[in-house]
Amino acid sequence: MSRAEAGTLEAPAPRRPRPLWTLALFRSELAITFRRWRTLALLGVLAAVPILIGIAVKIETSDGGGVGQGGGGGGEGEAPAFFSQITNNGIFLLFAALAATLPVFLPMAIGVIAGDSIAGEAGAGTLRYLLVAPAGRTRLLLAKFTAVLAFCLVATLVVAVTGLATGALLFPLGDITLISGTTVSFGDGLVRALGVAAVVALSLVGIATVGVFISTLTNSGIAAMATTVGLVITAQILDTIPQLHAIHPYLFPHYWLSFADLLRDPVYWDDLVKNLGLQGLYAAVFGSAAWARFTAKDITA
Amino acid sequence: MEETGAAVETRGLTKRYRGGQLAVDGLDLTVPRGSVFGFLGPNGSGKTTTIRMLMGLIEPTSGAARLLGEPMPRAARGVLPRVGALIEGPALYPYLTGRDNLLRYDAADPTADPRTRPARVASALDRVGLAAAAGKKARAYSLGMKQRLGLAAALLQPRELLVLDEPTNGLDPQGMREIRSLVRELAGEGTTVFLSSHLLDEIEQVCTHAAVMAQGKLITQGTVAELAASSRGRLSVTTPDPADAVRVLKEHGVTDLVVLDERVLGELPQTPLELADLNAALVREGVRVRAFGTERASLEDAFVALTGEGFDVAG
Repeated sequence: MSRAEAGTLEAPAPRRPRPLWTLALFRSELAITFRRWRTLALLGVLAAVPILIGIAVKIETSDGGGVGQGGGGGGEGEAPAFFSQITNNGIFLLFAALAATLPVFLPMAIGVIAGDSIAGEAGAGTLRYLLVAPAGRTRLLLAKFTAVLAFCLVATLVVAVTGLATGALLFPLGDITLISGTTVSFGDGLVRALGVAAVVALSLVGIATVGVFISTLTNSGIAAMATTVGLVITAQILDTIPQLHAIHPYLFPHYWLSFADLLRDPVYWDDLVKNLGLQGLYAAVFGSAAWARFTAKDITA
Repeated sequence: MEETGAAVETRGLTKRYRGGQLAVDGLDLTVPRGSVFGFLGPNGSGKTTTIRMLMGLIEPTSGAARLLGEPMPRAARGVLPRVGALIEGPALYPYLTGRDNLLRYDAADPTADPRTRPARVASALDRVGLAAAAGKKARAYSLGMKQRLGLAAALLQPRELLVLDEPTNGLDPQGMREIRSLVRELAGEGTTVFLSSHLLDEIEQVCTHAAVMAQGKLITQGTVAELAASSRGRLSVTTPDPADAVRVLKEHGVTDLVVLDERVLGELPQTPLELADLNAALVREGVRVRAFGTERASLEDAFVALTGEGFDVAG
């Protein structure tokens, strides 16, 4: 008989929740999110984007031809500006990669993780065992939301770090010419890059919260993922229709590319603040909706 | 632990689903502490809905449920750590090992001490006979192994009450025996076990008390002995002359006669009857009797007598 056996046979003392012990669920949630092959595959795809852009730009410019006309053309708005600068300075691959992945790849990956968060557990039946453990509905929702936000951050960092590493390998690094024309030191540029990554990660909070909310509505992880990703695409399309300009400021992707404003001197804060405010609004509205729905829901799966 | 009231008590517990379907209808259930309580009923009779309401997963439409003396679902946080549950089969993370599945479920319980977690998980795995397969991914588990892992999750802590919904589902006969002896062992340690099943002999073998549900209503509850006694025994005669035997038995007031090859089964009349006289009468009429006696009433007979129907899926 092992030491373990003795553990179970101890007289049952009344157990109470301890604040520190309740954090175990958050740790477990993070572990379960980031140890899954699916998550690693998504991060792998995201890491491939800057590498492919880097290689494409390198090949395109190796014959001494013009810069910027090729380069993948994945970005919109100010994004091409980054592409044309990559050959001069590898750090611009980081910005180009974020501009290329923010409209599609990043929100889709977030849609998969957020959409599956509650619905996937419900579909597998594991939700009922977590709730009778008892995880507590509010606590479980918070743990899920935390893990989804952590994924937003990690996914953005994966793109940024691979972008920077690929850029450093393939192209020269040095002082950075900002969009406004001013030149700043490489160190200053790195700080701004970190700021850009943070803003991009925060730009994803809106779609992440919407995804978690959708996830509380169904017992099918696939349905929730598809709906969330569909919503990303719909919002992007609506954002390009000029006749609908009245609703544009309320669409979560509308201010996404405002992160480029961090690369101006002085920094142009207007759209950045509007973006973060909008993401906060989405988080508040859909977070409350998810909470209201999840805490009152009959768990029949 | 002071013995305050019943382990499970419901008053007028009712659940009407949104479609208007009445799944559970005014249930008054009392599960005494320390009992092994069999919760019996055909598939679709409302057993699982009742268990889900007891565990706070479903909000009752009306009525009240108390678990270990505390109101549910209001006191869920305080009560559920003292309750282990297997609800509608096991549910596992296929991409985690058996051990990691248990670590995950244990982490969900805010009253579980992380320092003893690995030891408690190991001992729970040991207890259900899964220690050797603990490192395998759950997707490689057979149904029986999944069922055992589900049971292990219910045994991560010392529990006052175990709610086991169809615990032997998917197990082979050897596994069923092991689970039954585990249930007896746990009951011996003072844990109240609330066991739902559609297998009558399973309830008869392990339970002290039982309740019968059909179509959302509680039909009866009591000790297993009481329930079995409420249905009278059946007469069984084995003879190579069944036709003659039926005639003679009918003359003596035996009803409901059924002939199965060389066996004649029938209900004894209400008026007390000396069985020896009945046997003598058969022999006098030239019926050759090979075997004669009453079959002990089983819970199944009691069930059929109570519901007036076979043990089929409710429509």
